[in-house]
This record gives sequence, structure tokens and C-alpha cells, in this order.
Amino acid sequence: MSVLTERPAAAEPEARSAARKRPRHVKGTRPGWFVYACLGVVMLASVFPFYWSLLIGSGDSSTIRDPNMSWIPGGNFFANAAKVINDPAVNFWVALWNSIVSSGLIALSVVFFSTLAGWAFAKLKFKGSNVLLVFVIATMAVPMQLGVVPLYILFSDLGWTGQLGAIIVPALVSAFGVFWMTQYLRQAVPDELIEAARVDGASSFRTFLTVGLPAARPAAAMLALFTFVSAWNNFFWPFIVLDRQNPTLPVALSLLQSNYFVDYSIVLAGVLLATVPLLILFVFAGKQLVSGIMQGAVKG
Amino acid sequence: MNTSSTTPASRSSAANGAERRTRRIGFGGGLSSWDLKLSPYLYISPFFILFLIVGLFPIGYTAVISFMDWDLVRNSGTFIGFDQYATVISDPKFWVALRNTFSIFLLSSVPQLIAAIFIAAMLDQNIRAKTFWRMGVLLPYVMAPVAVALIFSNMFGDQYGIINTWLGAIGIEPIKWHSNAFASHIAIATMVNFRWTGYNTLILLAAMQAIPRDYYEAATVDGAGKVRQFFAITLPSLRPTLIFVIITSTIGGLQIFDEPRMYDQFGTGGANYQWLTITLWLYDIGWGQWNFGRAAALAWILFLIILAIGLINLLITRRLVRDEGSRSSLTRAQMRAARRDAKASVDADRAALRTNNPARTNETTEAVR
Repeated sequence: MSVLTERPAAAEPEARSAARKRPRHVKGTRPGWFVYACLGVVMLASVFPFYWSLLIGSGDSSTIRDPNMSWIPGGNFFANAAKVINDPAVNFWVALWNSIVSSGLIALSVVFFSTLAGWAFAKLKFKGSNVLLVFVIATMAVPMQLGVVPLYILFSDLGWTGQLGAIIVPALVSAFGVFWMTQYLRQAVPDELIEAARVDGASSFRTFLTVGLPAARPAAAMLALFTFVSAWNNFFWPFIVLDRQNPTLPVALSLLQSNYFVDYSIVLAGVLLATVPLLILFVFAGKQLVSGIMQGAVKG
Repeated sequence: MNTSSTTPASRSSAANGAERRTRRIGFGGGLSSWDLKLSPYLYISPFFILFLIVGLFPIGYTAVISFMDWDLVRNSGTFIGFDQYATVISDPKFWVALRNTFSIFLLSSVPQLIAAIFIAAMLDQNIRAKTFWRMGVLLPYVMAPVAVALIFSNMFGDQYGIINTWLGAIGIEPIKWHSNAFASHIAIATMVNFRWTGYNTLILLAAMQAIPRDYYEAATVDGAGKVRQFFAITLPSLRPTLIFVIITSTIGGLQIFDEPRMYDQFGTGGANYQWLTITLWLYDIGWGQWNFGRAAALAWILFLIILAIGLINLLITRRLVRDEGSRSSLTRAQMRAARRDAKASVDADRAALRTNNPARTNETTEAVR
């Protein structure tokens, strides 16, 4: 309100020219060393555990107890990794394959069902759409723990315990996915475009295929990425329903530590080994993960 | 320009087209209205059918089982009312687990939020190599919680852990990271913080970048320093995003399982249940003691706790936002009033200028102030 008081015409050009100069000042200055020092510390903290596991994982069982431990990785990493891979209790290759298959299928399925439902919620008018959408969003607050007992009973009735299907089927759809696609499609597709397609005589499904799907592609890719990462890292349910013969990577990792005597050089070599696939993914898709989180935040 | 150059022939063909099109619409009218009415349900039904089976049915059935003594051999239960709930709540382990869960939750969410805001403010500066820093911050997110837990339980080793070595180097006695309950909570919270701080940082960074830069320019013009700007502009604008982050981290934090499960090789929460959490106990009841009825009851108790905390969070943060609103940003009614005032004062000023009476102008200015 006080802005209104500075009305004198003479003062205005001055203020304006100042405002014109300021943005360059505010935007153009590079921050000082302090900011880079802080960020450097953060970066160090986020990389150190990886380096630490390389350090221990490339030594031998006595490295951890050595007070004069070297800060340069030793030469035993591949020997330790081989021990992990050849450990009959761990089933490393089975675990890797299971992780790839289950995470991949879950990501595809979540994207497929979420795009369909998200399109309907975002762009089609139908009775009960608001109530249903609010309901879907509300279920996002329900913890996974609330469903595990009946799911376990169900799958043991079906004889699926220990089978990969038992971790894929419950994850085929996700409330978050529907929410995400709805939010995105709502602003990505102008209503005029749908109107135009309809006037041209396109059926509802045709409109979805030609207008909805191309527009949904960026958001779908990000949803696939996030679903893949979280399915890959998921532990609680796979740990309950799978067994040692047929684990996923996190379950296999947990088996590495379950011996009474823990040899950390082998455990941490296994940790690195199991993290490599996602590190590779991060190298190629890290940028997309970053922008996915940032976009979701603005909308969410 | 195109229309002006259309030849009569093409125009007539266009008219034909229009005619044909209208006829098609006329024919398809019944069909397309069915199409419009029905197809949305076709799109959402695959999701909802699956969701019903794997999402909603188990939730409801958990409630049923929680009132039963479940027999694994017969694969059915006998109804026993609230007995399971009573047994769970009267068990001292429940209260220990509840205490640990909250302790770990607070130790992981509060420092994490503060750190995330701070790092996001750094990233919001005009730094070089933005993408590099952002990716570096997010790197821990791709590591599985199980892997993070294994690395950190090694680093927090009681005897040979690197953390104790470092503490020793600055003259602090080694801390018993496993046998001391509070110390074990700090160690487990550190794992959570390691994995999630960067993620939340990016969410907050996005919110910071959505703040109009004029605010900062105006503040700079008014002579406010960087710190002052942060507290007067950045933090208040972040509130809605903070609510979102707090609520999601509440839902996730109270369910914590992976990290405490992997903190030692036995996975039972320590010899004296120093780091036994609710979900860890739920696993032990369900798949250690094979008591499904009691596990179901505990799952419902956990859900109710999460709901209660979520609600409290919402109430507190709502009030904070409203307080903030009355101080800096305006409510809709206030904005309307301000607009009315402004209009009135402008009209008054115009009238004053027309009568060329400077004294009157000053008066209105004062009035507006």
C-alpha cells in the first residue's frame, strides 16, 4: 500500500532505472568462495561413503582394524567381488537378474496404468472424477505395512511366496503415479487441442493416442525413472516374501551381513557391486532425475 | 492471406467438406456421446481394478485379521475382538519401539530440513556448473537404503569405526554407537539424512527459484542484506513446500525399517532393543513369531499414529502459514480492500490534481499511509 504513496512523477524514472540496473547486479554476480566451500563439503559428504566402501572393499578382512589404514584403495576389490559373486548363499546373478526384471516390469506397468488414468482425471469430464482423485491421493498416505499381512496370506495361498511375481504384482499400479500424470497432463495439454481433435471427428481413444500420449511422454519417462529406482531399492516387502534362493539385490545384500562373523571387506565390495547398476543409470539419467524432482516440487 | 487467395473451386470443396463433416457428426452423435461418457471410466478402470486387489483389499483385510487370532495351519482365524490391540499396547516393547521410532524420526527430519534449506539456498545462488552440483547432491539417492545402512554401520562401528577414529583424533572418547540407545539413533538417522537430504534440497531449490526475483531486487534497493533477505523473503515463500516435505518425510520416517534392520547382523533392534522400531517389531511379530493377527493390529496402530502426526503437522504448519499471511502476504479480502483503497486514493488524487491543490494531495497520502 505504501507503494501508492510514492507517486511523484519525477521520482519514477529514477526508480525505474535503478530497477533496470539491479537485476543484472543481482543475477550477474557470482557468489564468493564461501558458497563453493559449503557446496564442496556437501559434495564430499555425499561421495565419501562410496569412497569408503571402495576403500574397505578393496582391502582384506584386516584393513578395517589397521590404525594406519591407507587412503588409497587396495588391490583386492576384484577378488572380494568374486567372493560375493561366487558365494552360494547370495546368488548374485539371480539377484541382479531379478532386480532388473522386476524393476523394469514395475516401471512399465506403473507408467502405462498411470498415463491412462491420469489422462482421464486431467482432461476428461466424468461423474465422480474429483472424489476418485482425492481418494487416490489420500491413499498415498497409507503405509506399505498396512497391507503386507493379507498380501502374504494371499500369495502363500497362491503358492507364490519366493516367486518374483509376488513382488511385481502388488507394485503394478501406484497412486503416486496417477497423481503425477494427472498433475502433468493438466497443464501440458490445452483443452482447445482436445476440442479440435473432437471436432475433427476423432474418437476419445484416438484423441488420447494422438494428443495425450505425445504430450505425456516427458512426464512418463520421469515416472518410469523414479519408479524403477524405488522398485530397485525396495527392501521391506521383497525381504518378507522372497527367500535366499531367489532374492533381489537388496535382499541378497542383507544376506551378506547375516553371518555371525562379518567380513566387511566382502560386505562392502558387495555393496559397491550392487550399486554399480544404479550408478550407471545415474550417469545417464541423473540430469532427468534432478529436473524430475524439481518439476514435481513446483506442481506438488 | 490464404483466404483471400482461395479460388471459388476450392472454396466450394471446403464447403462440401464441411457438409460431409456435419453429417458425420450428426451420424456419430449418439455414438460419440456414449464414447465421451464411457471412455473416462474405461481409462481409469484398469488402474482401479488392480488397485482394489493389491492396494485396498489388503488394507481392509488387515483390519479384519487384526481382530483375530490367526491360525497359520488352518489358514483362518477366530474372532477375539480388541485383544491383539490390547496385547500390543500393554507390551513394554511397543513403547520402546515407539520412543525409538520418534527419536530416529526427529533426529533425521529436523537436521535434514535445516540442512536442505541451507544447501538449497547455496544452490540458488548464481553458481558455476549448476548441474554438476545438483547431481552431486542427489547422488546418495540412487543408493539402496540397505547399501547405505551397511556402509554406515561399518563407519559407526563401536571398535574400529572411522567415526570413532575421527572423534579420537580431536580428543573425544569413542562413542558406543550400538550399545547406547541415543547414539544408535543418531547413527541410524545419519543414514536417513545421507540418502534424503539431497532429494529434499532439490524440492526446496525448485520452490526457491519460483520466488519472483523482483522481491530480492526490491529488498536490495531497500538495503537488506543476503541474510535478511533469506529470512524475510525466502523462508516465508517456502512454507507450502515445507509443509509438503514435512508431511512426506513424516509418512516415510515413521515407517523406517531398512536402516535399523541392517544396523547389525541380527536385525532384531539390539540386545536391549536400543534401536527397535515399530516396523522392525512388526516384522518380528509377523515373520519371526508368525503371529499375523498381532502384526495386523500393530500395522493399524502404526497407520493411526501416522495419521495423527500428519494431522498435527498440518494444523501447526497451517497456523504458521496463516500467521505469516497476516504479516506479509495478504488474504484475498485484504487485497480487495487494498484495491478499493488504492482506487479511492487515486481518484482522490486525480480530483486533487484537477483542483491543483497540493495540500489536499498530501492529506490523502497521509490517509493512505
